[in-house]
Amino acid sequence: MEKISTSKDPADSAACGCGKTPVTLQAVPRQRREYVTGFVSSGERKVPVVSTRLSLRDVVGGWKVRWDFGRSHYAVLPGLYAVGSPGSDSPVLVTANYKLTFDKLRRELGGVDAWILVLDTKGVNVWCAAGKGTFGTRELEQRTMAVKLQDVVSHRTLILPQLGATGVSAWEVKRDSGWQVKYGPVRARDIRAFLSSGLRKNNEMRRILFPLTERMAIAPTELVQSWPLLLGIAVVSAPLGLPLDAGYMGRLLGVGLPLLGAVAVGTLLLPALLPYVPFRAFSLKGALLGALWGIAVSLVVRASLPGAAALTLMAMPIAAFLSMNFTGSSTFTSQPGAALEVKRGLIPMISSLTIGLGLAVVTRILPL
Amino acid sequence: MRMTYLKNGETLSLNSALCTGCRECIEVCPHAVFDMQGGKAMIADRLSCMECGACMKNCASGAIKVKAGVGCAAAVIQGMIRGTEPACSCGKADTKSAAAGSKASCC
Repeated sequence: MEKISTSKDPADSAACGCGKTPVTLQAVPRQRREYVTGFVSSGERKVPVVSTRLSLRDVVGGWKVRWDFGRSHYAVLPGLYAVGSPGSDSPVLVTANYKLTFDKLRRELGGVDAWILVLDTKGVNVWCAAGKGTFGTRELEQRTMAVKLQDVVSHRTLILPQLGATGVSAWEVKRDSGWQVKYGPVRARDIRAFLSSGLRKNNEMRRILFPLTERMAIAPTELVQSWPLLLGIAVVSAPLGLPLDAGYMGRLLGVGLPLLGAVAVGTLLLPALLPYVPFRAFSLKGALLGALWGIAVSLVVRASLPGAAALTLMAMPIAAFLSMNFTGSSTFTSQPGAALEVKRGLIPMISSLTIGLGLAVVTRILPL
Repeated sequence: MRMTYLKNGETLSLNSALCTGCRECIEVCPHAVFDMQGGKAMIADRLSCMECGACMKNCASGAIKVKAGVGCAAAVIQGMIRGTEPACSCGKADTKSAAAGSKASCC
C-alpha cells in the first residue's frame, strides 16, 4: 500500500497561506473504504471493485466538503479500480483522487464494465489539478506504469476527462509511453453516452457551462472561507455599539447585520445572479449588488443620511471583494482579466471601506 | 447562457501554417473557441477563451500559443504578496513542490 504524500514543504505552505495538513494514507482509513464491494482478478492480481451507488456516508461526505469541512483530506488512494466485471478489452477511465470527483464518476457507471485509473492529484479535482500540473502528463505516464496497466488491458487507449487536457499533453503521452489519450466529455454524466457511441462526443459534451445549480454548489465554500471577514465585521461592530447600555445590542446589530448581509451578497447572491448582473468585472457586479443592499437596508432601518452612506460605503467593497474572489470558482475567467480587476479594484475598495468606517465612527460620536 | 469576461483570449494565437487539421484543439476546448475552416483550425470565438492552455498543451504541431494561467483574483493577490506569478497552488511553477502535499484552499 503506498502513501499518497506525507511530505510537506513548510516554505510552500507558509507562502501560499494554504498550510492545511497534507493528504496522507491515514486520511483514507481502510474501514472507510466501504465503496469497495469486492475484487476482480486480472492475471495474478486482485483489483478492487467499487460500487456505482453512493452510500449515505458518501452523500453526507459530499455535503461536508461543499461546506469546506475536511475538504483537503477528502481523497481516495490512487491506483487501479474496477466497476462491473471488466476484462482485457474494457475501457480505462482516468480520474482524480478527490473523493467527490471519484464518487461523481462511479455514480454514473451503473451497468458499465470498466477500469478506473485514479491519479494522485493530492485530493484535488480534475480541472484544478490539471491547472496545477498534478493531473498531468508525468503522473499519468508513471501511474500507468505503476499499476502495470499494459498487463491488465489488451488495448492502448486511456479515456480522460476533457478538463484534464489543461495538464496532460496527449501527443507527449503517445510519444513517451505509447498510450493513446482520448478526451471524453467534460461531465461524468455524459460518460455512458460517450462510451456507447464509440467514444464520440457531441458539442454539448465538450462545453463547460456554469448553470445555477453548479454556481450554488460552490457558494457554501465561499461563505465558509469568508470567516476572516466575518470575524473582522464582528470586531469592528462591537465598539460601534458602545456605550454598554440597554441599547447596545440594538446598535451592534444595526451595524453588524447589514455588513454580514453584505458578505451573503458577495458569497451567495452574486453566484446566484451572476449572468444577470451588469458589468463583466466580478468586482463591479459585487459593488452594484452591495450598493443596492446598503441602500435597501438603510431604508428598512431608517438610517440617517450619513448612517446610510456609511453602511453603503462599507457594504460595497465587502460584496465587491468577495465577488471578485468568485472568479476563482467560475469557469470562464482569464488570468489577465483577474489581474486587471485586482489592479483597478483594490484601492477603490480599501478607500470606500475606510471612508465608510470613518463615517460610521463619526456618526456614532456625533449623533446626526 | 454564454458568459464572457475581461481581456479573454488576448494572448491566444494560432499559426495556420503549422496547423495540421487534427482537430485536437476542438476536442479539448471547453468554450468552443475553435472551429474548422478549409481543413484547418481557426479562432471562431476569441472572447470566450479563458486561456486555460489545454489547446496549446495538446497541439502536437505547436501551432497554438497562449499564456496559460488561472483566472482567479485570489491567486493574483497571493502572487502580489509573494512577488511571484499568480498561482493558485503552492508553487505552480514547480510541480515538485506542488506535489509536496499542501493544497490551496481555493479550488
